[in-house]
Order: sequence, then structure tokens, then C-alpha cells
Amino acid sequence: MADNFFLPQASLDTLFAALTGDGRRILAPTDRDGRTELNPVTSPGDVAKDYLQTILSAKEAAFPKVERLMSFSTGAGSVDLKDAEPSAVPTVLFGIRPCEASGFKALDAVFNWDTRDRFFNARMEALAVIGIGCTRKDDACFCTSVGGGPGSTSGSDILLTPVEGGFLAEVLTEKGKAMAALAPEAFKADPGLEKKVVEVPVAFDQPGLTKRLKDRFEDGIWVEQSLRCVGCGACAFVCPTCVCFDIVEEADAKGGHRLRTWDSCGGHMFTLHASGHNPRETQAQRWRQRVYHKFSYYPERYDMLGCVGCGKCTRACPVDMNLQEHLAEAAQA
Amino acid sequence: MDLREKSRQLLENGDVKAVIGYERGTMGARRPAFIRKAERADRLVFDEACAQNLATYLTRPEVRKLGRVAVAARPDTLRAILQLMAERQVKEENVLALAGDGTVELGTAQAIEEHLATCAKELPARDREILDRLSRMDRAQRWAFWQAELSRCVKCYACRNSCPMCYCGHCTMDCNRPQWVPVASHALGNLEYHMVRAMHLAGRCVECGDCGRACPVGIPIHLLTFNCEESVHLQFGQRAGASSKLDYALSTFRPDDKESFIR
Repeated sequence: MADNFFLPQASLDTLFAALTGDGRRILAPTDRDGRTELNPVTSPGDVAKDYLQTILSAKEAAFPKVERLMSFSTGAGSVDLKDAEPSAVPTVLFGIRPCEASGFKALDAVFNWDTRDRFFNARMEALAVIGIGCTRKDDACFCTSVGGGPGSTSGSDILLTPVEGGFLAEVLTEKGKAMAALAPEAFKADPGLEKKVVEVPVAFDQPGLTKRLKDRFEDGIWVEQSLRCVGCGACAFVCPTCVCFDIVEEADAKGGHRLRTWDSCGGHMFTLHASGHNPRETQAQRWRQRVYHKFSYYPERYDMLGCVGCGKCTRACPVDMNLQEHLAEAAQA
Repeated sequence: MDLREKSRQLLENGDVKAVIGYERGTMGARRPAFIRKAERADRLVFDEACAQNLATYLTRPEVRKLGRVAVAARPDTLRAILQLMAERQVKEENVLALAGDGTVELGTAQAIEEHLATCAKELPARDREILDRLSRMDRAQRWAFWQAELSRCVKCYACRNSCPMCYCGHCTMDCNRPQWVPVASHALGNLEYHMVRAMHLAGRCVECGDCGRACPVGIPIHLLTFNCEESVHLQFGQRAGASSKLDYALSTFRPDDKESFIR
């Protein structure tokens, strides 16, 4: 059960100062050059004013677009290997939306599936989330169709919901309590505030979709839906739950590094075998994979969905591959 | 007669296997639409909001397999079609451009060239504003501008994949034996990618701006290729997309070249 408080707008200064004073980096949505992006901030004044979401997702706080896993150097007849250490700066993600906050568990499912990934885990341990519930939405949003909601507390350590003069603050976890304890004077007694968030209508029957996918693999619907897809990675790279990565090496005669980078199942080389065979030769097969991975394989394997309904992919797509619309279509008989 | 009716006719008569046009998408946006059955032609819209260059689809294996297609074509789309013909990627008999209000059939390169002679090319106001700003900067400031912009790149390749001229089945970026350009989206990887792409588009870019429009993080990346294209125009006096018989400026030898070293 959460502890509820009133966090006055003016007390955010106190909270930010306390968090930075504790040696934590604060990542929050900012508006720079007309774009809403996650950036390090030190004061509430740096935070974007009236934003819906950031373009990229918060996943980069735990799963950066490029990460060094190890280095090596070669000498006369010898090779030296050196493990990389994850740079896990204590970080507070401030102001991300409930959809994105709940996305980390889909990343965790893969990064701790069999081997425990120490890079991801080190960053997650150093990460705390202060989410802000949504008072507006757009046509790409569909959190309520995938088990989330504009006021969902899942994934947040503290969830703030805008109210007159500040926020209703729900302190949800031990990490949340630890943050609140840094600035106890900022958190006032809750006078019985009403938690009011925007209404996001349910767009499709998700359990029905997951069931329907079982016999839809060879359906022509995937060809029809994907004809306009250009096969880029925009959807996967802005997605808070897309977890696929590539491992590459950058080396010269003296040594080099092994890197992990984001990857996307939309790319035509994603499943290309060394033999030249490619089990997903067409864009339709790659698009189908995106849908199945999130709505069939994730439920099957991890008992959760690989989608939080944030709508970032829809907003980022150069050809408007609207995910919600395509899922609603696929859910139908 | 409008594009819908024209498309219905073409599909019903079997003149084309598909019409590639635009339909209404999310939040009022226009998006590409593939119409393969006459009864679906009602979805089509063709207005000022239709910005994407649909010529990018003509070289895709999935679309090639369809057979002859009609394309709702804005002037930039027509330029791209001509350039693709010049590069022998699209055959005249496989594409029917629907220009103007969508009812003007342009079935030959010559017809497209004649139609384009009536269309003026204008740079969007926002592009002009950024270009003006860039031209007032000194080299260090420009470098800082592009470094800041390119730091946002995540190498999703939306720019490349949206570009009608980036049709290579196996792009240099995807070559890993050897690895020409770093895969990773770090500072060097991003810079090398965009430099290579800009150079590969020099003399081939039809200046539609689709790469910049496609960028999810809003990098005005089209301005790099525009710049290279303008440079080729100044040096060699020709523009990509002007004709289906254009020689590639950067690999064509002419005995009367003004540079003496080449002789």
C-alpha cells in the first residue's frame, strides 16, 4: 500500500536539490531545439513544461544504444582481455510516463532470463523512477488495452499525479521511500487528494488478440499491413520494451572493443544466416515477428506482454505503421 | 474524375496491378497506401498534406513482384522516378505516374520530363531558415551544430530506408566482411554513416527531403544531401531527377571536361 503525500510544485526545488545533493543524476524530459528528449537536469525549471512523452524511451537509462562489454589488446603472441565495468551512475528518472515506467520489466525478462546481465542489472540497481501520471494523451496511446493505465503505479518508485498547486505523490517502494526521506520537508500530509488522470479508452481485446494470433501466422493480413513498411528500426529503437541487441567488435591490429548496440527485427539482415539463408526474407515476415514477439511469445514465455501501449512507435514511424490500429485489426475474426 | 476514380478504372481494366497512393492516417497524417482492389480505391486521398516520396517503393522486391504499378506522384516523386530510370532501376513500362490532381497519366519518361518542366522547385520555409542560419555560421559553429544534431542519431536507418535513391539491397552500412563503417551509433559511427550517405547521394538526390521527414529524432539530415546536390549542380551544371538519361556526374568522363588532369 502506497503512502500518499501532497508534493507542492514549489517543493520540487527541494526534492531536486536533495537528490542531486545525494549524488544522483536526474534524467528528465527537456525541450531543446523543439524536441522532447531525456537529458540530465539539475532543477525543475529545466524540465519540459507541457510534454506528452519523450521521443526515445527511458530504456536507454538501463540499456544504452551503445555499451562496451569488454576490451582486448594484442601484443607479441599474446592477447589481453579486459572486462568493461558498467557505468552505473545513481540516476533518478523523473517525469517519465507510467507506460514507460512499466516497460522495464519487459527488458528485465530478457536480461535476466537465463544469464543475469550484469550491465543491465547494475544500471537498474542504481536507477529510481519518479513517474508522472498522464493528464493528456494522443491518438497513438493505448496503455489501457495492454493492462496499463495513465495512472498506473507499475514500475514507478514514486508516482506523481498533477493536482492543483502540485502533485499527489504515491510513494510506492523502498527506493521511493529512500528518495522521499532525502527531502522529508517536501512531502506534506495528503489532505485526501483525488487522483485524476486522463481517460484512455480500450482499443482492442488483448487476451482475444493473443489467442487469435495462435492461428493467424500464415494469414495474408501481415502482407497487407506491412506493404508500406520501409523496414527501418525507428519503431524498435524508440520502444521502451524492445530489447534485441547486436554484438559487434571494433578492432585494429593492436586491439579493440566488444560493443552491444540496439538492433531491430525490422531490418532485413536481422535473421540473415552466415550461409546466406534468411528465415525472414520478406518485410511481412519481419512485421509479423514484431507483433508476435510482443503479443504471443512474450505472454507464452514470460507471462507478460512485450508492449506497454505508449505509442512511441506509431509517432516515430515515417509511414504511420499505427500499432494500435494494426493490433485491433489482427484481433478481429 | 479524381484519383479514386482513375485508380478504380486502372485496376478494373487491369492496366496496373496496384496503385500506390496516400490515405488518411493517425492524427490527420497522410500515409502511403497500397490499393490492389478497385473497391478499396475510396481510401485514397491526394492533397497538399501528402508529402512522402512514394517512388521509394518502386525498387522494393515485394513491389517489383506486383508487376506494373501506378503511383500518385508529386513533383519530387516524378523526379525520383526519372532518376531511378536514369540509374536503370525502374523500367518505363512498369510504372505509371499519376500526377497533377492524380488524374494526369504520365506513362513515359518523356511525359514526366515535360510535366516537370511546368513544376517549379521550391525549398520549404523551415529548410530555408535553417540553411540561412547555417550559412551565417563559421566553420566551428557549423561543426558544433552538426555534432549536436548527429549525437541524437540512433542509426535506425529511417532516413536511408525512406530515401528513393537508397535502393541498394546490400548497403555499405550493412557490410560486415569487412566492416566499412562502425555499426554502433556512437559519435564516429553516426558521423561516418551520414557522411557516406551524403556523398553517395551527391548528384543523385532529388531533394524531396524524405530522409529528414522520416527521422524520428528530428535531425534535418536532408540538408546534408541537399548541400551535396547543390554542389554537384554548381560544378557540373546538372540536377538529379531532371531526365531519365542523366549520366552520374561523379563517374562520367567527358572529353571536354574543364579539368585538365582528367585528360
